[in-house]
Amino acid sequence: MSGLQDSVWAGDIQQLKGLVSERALSGETIVLNMGPQHPSTHGVLRLMLELDGEVVVNCVPDIGYLHTGIEKNMEAKRYEQAITMTDRMDYLNPLGNNLVYCLAIEKIIDLDVPPRAQYLRVLLAELTRINSHLVWLGTHALDIGAMSMFLYCFREREKLLDIFEMVSGQRMMSTYFRPGGLWRDVPEEFEPAVRDFISYFPARIDDYERLLTDNPLWLDRTQGIGFLSAQDAIALGCTGPTLRGSGVNWDIRKAIPYSSYEHFEFDVPLGQHGDVYDRYLIRVEEMRQSLRIVQQAMDNLPGGPVRSNDRKYVPPPRSELGTSMEAVIHHFKLWTEGFRPPEGEVYVRVESPRGELGCYLISDGSPKPWRVHFRTPSLIHLSALPHMAKGYLIADLVGIIGTVDIVLGDADR
Amino acid sequence: MLDPVEALTGAFPKAVEDAQEFRGEITVIVDADSIVEVCRYCRDAKGLEYNFLSDVAGVDYYPQEPRFAVSYHLYSMVHNRSLRLKVYLSGDEPALPSVTGVFPAANWSEREIYDLFGVVFTGHPDLRRLLMPDGWDGHPLRKDYPLGYETVQFSFNFDEVDKHKPYARE
Repeated sequence: MSGLQDSVWAGDIQQLKGLVSERALSGETIVLNMGPQHPSTHGVLRLMLELDGEVVVNCVPDIGYLHTGIEKNMEAKRYEQAITMTDRMDYLNPLGNNLVYCLAIEKIIDLDVPPRAQYLRVLLAELTRINSHLVWLGTHALDIGAMSMFLYCFREREKLLDIFEMVSGQRMMSTYFRPGGLWRDVPEEFEPAVRDFISYFPARIDDYERLLTDNPLWLDRTQGIGFLSAQDAIALGCTGPTLRGSGVNWDIRKAIPYSSYEHFEFDVPLGQHGDVYDRYLIRVEEMRQSLRIVQQAMDNLPGGPVRSNDRKYVPPPRSELGTSMEAVIHHFKLWTEGFRPPEGEVYVRVESPRGELGCYLISDGSPKPWRVHFRTPSLIHLSALPHMAKGYLIADLVGIIGTVDIVLGDADR
Repeated sequence: MLDPVEALTGAFPKAVEDAQEFRGEITVIVDADSIVEVCRYCRDAKGLEYNFLSDVAGVDYYPQEPRFAVSYHLYSMVHNRSLRLKVYLSGDEPALPSVTGVFPAANWSEREIYDLFGVVFTGHPDLRRLLMPDGWDGHPLRKDYPLGYETVQFSFNFDEVDKHKPYARE
């Protein structure tokens, strides 16, 4: 027995006192390391598992492998420079990260955003949500054993990445939203590409559902697993599909509408059982609802500018630089010194594909933010993971990690 | 539905130090020792019911004194409104009670603040570093912690810069 323990935990087992149960210290249960290089941990998540046979007794997540000090770096960058860093936090939701940071800046300086920019933000944020859910569905199904889903999901995702490349020049790290609006207007090919996607995608969601929703193997692996009650979900800070899977109707797009979400009609799907299967159904339905929002945004897209006209914060258009001295001065000031928001602090939240993404921004009146803090859904959901995993089999743990839809870049920042 | 500032000053006349409003967001500044009771009151009092803790964030106001601040972002799903509680802490040995007993969601956020600012949360069930390695020296988000950079190597100073590179040599 001691030989087996050595191969599992090289250090002194007494170091783990307080993290694992007393039974582990006496050698009755086994302590097993899972990750950080494990295909089902979606990045670099390390779990220390205490197992009684196949049953998970305790689960201690260990994160920080993707910690890149983004919050510290942003304090050393000007407001507009720091947007590029937000893309790299939650790399499946780059435009959502841009959005929350830009909304925080706009709130602190009380900057207006033209309606066309707001609609395009909603449209692209919803496409990003579909993009993120596609990666989630593909990898989640792959973990559980449905290999082909991964290929189908990534096939559709490619079309979305083409759209992002079309508008911003980048497939993933787009940095397309800027304080006061967008980087520039969308190109002419944008509308046909989005309309093409709208007509193409619903049949693909039906395909996914035909493969999984009534599949007995899928039901066996997902139903009744990873249970989370509504009360626990709220207490543990769960948001997004994880919270709504437990039947709590709270969607930030409905509760505290931002960026003109109040103009759009969509339903918020709710679960009943709070298990892995319900959260799967919710995310699939969210893709359909996102598509509805995209359709409405495309149909009612207003004309006009896509950037605010407030020259103290938003650079003038290129065309004015040749004729207006004032435009040259503004341009020079903004690109050398940056803008100075008033002193104050704001907290802004948006509904990211994973849940509540918050940005706490403190300005001291200088061109660089004094403090930027991101409340990221992955971090909070990971802290709830031990609660969800206790008492289930180690094989189910893979499904439970998948269902909370973690992105480690989002958790570690 | 109660006004949060009036309700809190009424219930905790000594603990509530100040209240501010900026861009429609209310900040109530609370004494560090009574943060747990204030949080419990915010969560349970009829008419307030801030049942959801969104976020806990640390701030370093170096070189000002009090140097550190911890902000709690509460949200009420019942009344659909938010409230920020803020606690100021002195620069040497900053410590305050943990609110994990009231809001379990604060668990990892408090660990993160302990890790990156060195603020100690007394009564926290598992106060270990969260993001940085266990043996790390210092607290990176403090303002007096250097950002760090790498000297650019050119041909004329290649060897000199190479001497200070952190990687292992033969």
